Amino acid sequence: MSVLRLLGLGWWLQLKMRSRSAFDGALAIVYPLFFATSVFLIYRQSASSTALVAAAVGASVMGVWSAVATTASTSLQNERRQGTLELLVGAPRPFALIVVPITLSMATIGLYSLVATLVWGRLVFGIEVSFVHPLTFALACVVTALGVAVMGFVLAVSAVRYRSAWALGSALELPIWLTCGFLVPLSILPDWVRPVSWLVPVTWGVSAIKAAALGGQPWPGIAMCLGVAAGYALLGTLLARRMVDSARTHATLALT
Amino acid sequence: MTSSVRIFFLGGLTSYRALFSWLSPWVLVPTFVLGPIFQILFFAYVGRSAGVGSDSFFLIGNAVQYASIPCLFAMGNTIDGERYSHTLGLLLVSPARRTPLFLGRALPVIVNGFVVSLFALVVGAVVLGVKLPLASLPLLAFVVAVSAFACTGLGLVTAALALRVRETATLSNLVFGMLLIFCGVNVPLSALPGWMAAVAGWLPLTHGIAAARELAAGAPFSAVARTVGAEAGVGAIYLVIGLVLLRFLEIESRRRATLELA
Repeated sequence: MSVLRLLGLGWWLQLKMRSRSAFDGALAIVYPLFFATSVFLIYRQSASSTALVAAAVGASVMGVWSAVATTASTSLQNERRQGTLELLVGAPRPFALIVVPITLSMATIGLYSLVATLVWGRLVFGIEVSFVHPLTFALACVVTALGVAVMGFVLAVSAVRYRSAWALGSALELPIWLTCGFLVPLSILPDWVRPVSWLVPVTWGVSAIKAAALGGQPWPGIAMCLGVAAGYALLGTLLARRMVDSARTHATLALT
Repeated sequence: MTSSVRIFFLGGLTSYRALFSWLSPWVLVPTFVLGPIFQILFFAYVGRSAGVGSDSFFLIGNAVQYASIPCLFAMGNTIDGERYSHTLGLLLVSPARRTPLFLGRALPVIVNGFVVSLFALVVGAVVLGVKLPLASLPLLAFVVAVSAFACTGLGLVTAALALRVRETATLSNLVFGMLLIFCGVNVPLSALPGWMAAVAGWLPLTHGIAAARELAAGAPFSAVARTVGAEAGVGAIYLVIGLVLLRFLEIESRRRATLELA
């Protein structure tokens, strides 16, 4: 119960902090919209209206990853810069439980972007998505956001020693969009990409979201997204413990 | 005269070298090597998936457009970086003439944008298997250089706005996104709504991308000379607007004492 309270309060506090800058908030929503708009304009030239609707659903999820990729990779750097990293590490709770709410709040902002992209597609491009399973769609979106948040958690703890972590996160934005089935079917990518994509939770999340919105079986995707995300959570927890132990031993917590 | 030339070359070089937080392989490789390649691949595959356009179309559009990353961000940083390191005030109280001061800072940025864009073009062509006519390569390089110049002109405008806006990187991201949509990067201008195509004509990169596509299709330089001239003209207009805006906002920020507050 206290773990859930910690996660909940941490998430809410981080979400409020992230909502302070209107300029940054607008960017989190608008930046993926630029790419989504390009995608809509490309698909509008195609003869298939079904493809345009599928593109709208896929493009809407891009913002969730976009909201996490760069910010998560720099999140611990920012804590260090603010002088709060030592306080977080010193808290009488596993470090992983402190970091996950940070990336969870980022993914929540990404959900705003998801909604904004669908609304943008509807209002500007007249793309009407008639959700086949609306409730399952909402659940798939939440599960995908959770999966993305856990990916962000792994990224955050992996990049803690990397001074220019923002560049790494920024560089990961497009490869994930490309290889995880947001817009491009995995079947047209080179064969070796597919097994790699299956190891990323968001691939299964996107598949579930598309199935829930356009018709299909969303539940296997939801289950796989949760399962792979659990693996990432375990990996991130082990990494976080190792990083913290190493930083304490070598007295490098405050250093990059 | 001598001091202006010195400010132009040495000041520009020193300012560029001061971007040391950028000039690291840890930043350069993800940003300038992986970034453009993945943008090209992303849109090329989206095009394949939609059954629209060709690899060559997406390659050229995105390779040339990626010049905007260094051109916008590095120029924006000429003001924001100075403010961050508390040297903006020192810079602006110096008696140096502003035109060579800021144009000198633009020169290395143009070279940077040119190299990034050309690299993306060549590597993207290899990865996607697009064959560019060998004879067109020098001319393509020239068009890329003109496009980088034009985009740096726009970068100078965003640098000027940095005297009033705190989040320069955010502003540069927004401008980058506008260029992505409007300049015919992934969608031909003929497929854009009329008003967007009209706006595109007044933005940097639009004419450069169009000229590069024609050259890659085998057109002689004489066929694109006017388009390249238009690209250079648009760049020159933005450069002048940027210099005027810098002067105006500098005076305003002194009058309102907001130099360090933006």
